[in-house]
Amino acid sequence: MPSENSNLFSSSTDLPPERILEVQSLRKYFPIRKGFIKKTVGHVKSVDGINFHINEGETLGLVGESGCGKTTTARCILRAMKPTEGKIQFKTTDGSHTDLATLKEDQIRSLRTDIQMIFQDPFASLNPRMNILDLIGEPMLVNGLTNRKQRTEKVAELLKMVGLRPEYMQRFPHAFSGGQRQRIVIARALALKPRLVVADEPVSALDVSVQAQVLNLMLELQQNLNLTYLFVAHDLSVVKHISDRIAVMYVGKIVESAPTDSLFNKPKHPYTAALLSAVPVADPRIRSQMIPLEGDVPSPASPPNGCHFHPRCPYASEICKKEEPNMQEIEPMHFVSCHHFKDIQLKGIE
Amino acid sequence: MGTENKPLLSIKNLKTIFDLDEGSVKAVDGVSFDIFPQRVLGIVGESGCGKSVTIKSILRLIETPGRIVEGEILFQTRNQNEVNINEVDLAKLNPKGKQMRSIRGNEIALIPQEPMAAFSPVHTIGNQLIENILLHQDVKESEAFEIAIERLKEVGIPNPEESMNRYSWELSGGLRQRAMIGMALTCNPSLLIADEPTTAIDVTTQAQVLNLIRDLQQKNKMSIIFITHDLGVIAQLADDVIVMYLGQIMEKGTVDEIFHNPKHPYTQALLKSIPGIKTKNRAKLPTIEGSIPHPFNRPKGCLFYQRCVDAIAGTCNQTPPELLPFQKQQYVSCFKYDGKSDAF
Repeated sequence: MPSENSNLFSSSTDLPPERILEVQSLRKYFPIRKGFIKKTVGHVKSVDGINFHINEGETLGLVGESGCGKTTTARCILRAMKPTEGKIQFKTTDGSHTDLATLKEDQIRSLRTDIQMIFQDPFASLNPRMNILDLIGEPMLVNGLTNRKQRTEKVAELLKMVGLRPEYMQRFPHAFSGGQRQRIVIARALALKPRLVVADEPVSALDVSVQAQVLNLMLELQQNLNLTYLFVAHDLSVVKHISDRIAVMYVGKIVESAPTDSLFNKPKHPYTAALLSAVPVADPRIRSQMIPLEGDVPSPASPPNGCHFHPRCPYASEICKKEEPNMQEIEPMHFVSCHHFKDIQLKGIE
Repeated sequence: MGTENKPLLSIKNLKTIFDLDEGSVKAVDGVSFDIFPQRVLGIVGESGCGKSVTIKSILRLIETPGRIVEGEILFQTRNQNEVNINEVDLAKLNPKGKQMRSIRGNEIALIPQEPMAAFSPVHTIGNQLIENILLHQDVKESEAFEIAIERLKEVGIPNPEESMNRYSWELSGGLRQRAMIGMALTCNPSLLIADEPTTAIDVTTQAQVLNLIRDLQQKNKMSIIFITHDLGVIAQLADDVIVMYLGQIMEKGTVDEIFHNPKHPYTQALLKSIPGIKTKNRAKLPTIEGSIPHPFNRPKGCLFYQRCVDAIAGTCNQTPPELLPFQKQQYVSCFKYDGKSDAF
């Protein structure tokens, strides 16, 4: 049996020590309410039973198109919302694993310092009325560092670390460009020395030349501070650049997860292959051979039966319409959820 | 006649500025380029480079405090005037006048970035398509209805008859963008302007929309101005490319020249800084130092001077370089190539 499935039934103490995060059959359903009495008529299955893990010091990329549940997953891990079902085992500083999914609000607070978030839009995630010192210093203040002088010193240190001049501390966010703001957001996320950083589309709001700077900074900080990243994005080339392993989501489920190179060179799920082929290559001499996908992404409120991808899949057969495929480990660390992965030959990136 | 070699649209030294309380912003600062029939011109640049203002100037949709202060926008219209000339200078027309309105949405059509914001949410798709047809064509309403269905079919909307009665918010992102393209095509434009038409949609849908635009361009024999910051999209779609920075053209040429033989340091740096699907994982990406200067403190001399690795002190920070031919079709605005164009 694949190790990811067997972990489903094991108790938290059996988890390998290098796993900083182990997500097991995580589900998040949002009720659809209708009418005067707000009767629940259905559920939007944003995240529908996903399993994955992240080892300490590595980067897991989570890719998928809009509405596939990648941001919901990130928010469940941060406990910005309570998952409907499933376990989120997080390794605390003493080495044991705690299930974040069932913790009460007051218990979770002590763990919040360990998990921090970098948001997508640096124009929306910084309070325009707070200066940089207060913005980066606030998490420290909330967590008990009340000495202003010490706080100022720490903020200066953080600003230097993300490549900004400490003299800018008294300025307000409007004085900074998009890339600089994202550096401030990163500094704020690092203020409490987290071990896991969840980055939700951290570079998609930035210009290309600035994107590269922020990606470089994130890689550099990871090496220096031994950070673990969960990197959520829709841009495959960015995810490829920063991730050790990648999980591909489609309508609330992970369809394939593998080490970066193996996913890009030997994709096993038709959706992954289509996604890879759809990325326009920045070379006019290579015409992209796009695998055309019919129709649109189905709504997570009424996903199709069987494999969620079957209405758009060029290889779909009868079984795909009826039975949901299981996640299988076909190579070490390469998991795929497809009935036909053995029969089909998919092209990756040469 | 030789219409093949005559540009459909020729922009000469276009300058558009915005008068603000703090000073005037030169959003487009002396831009010249031609678009030939049936070519796809891609304009790339980062935010604030003036690419959107350029196309808004062409469509004469610049609102106060912005205004065109200089330059010509020569367009070959279908309707000849009294003296059999079809060339018209759009920059001189009244933006709200009859002639401009007969060109905008008819001969020059726009695909905006956000189809959700572009469609009216309180009118059906069909209603809006028919309105555009009746405005520009001398047809009955029933005929307009047929044309609209035909257009929706052409852009690959399933059940076009049914979609005519739907509202834009009932359609998915991809379908909405298709409907928008259908709307732009209602009057067979000779020039289609696409302003980042795929940035708001997902990759797989983006691929569909790009394929559609390419097919329609060949079928309808249109010219396209395609604006994007995604170099991958440009490489796949454009014939000619213009690279803009702070309101000026840094380099222009054919798509092959720009991607395989870029000359301007900005173009070179931009191409290197994108994490390609084929670059090495987790390697440090080459970056462009610093950030785009604020439009109020534009540097003296070459606009890219402060961030340029090849900057020549004493030259680049003194006078602005001119956009000069480097090869037959490739033009560069850089002192590095001053007088060297023959050497290469």
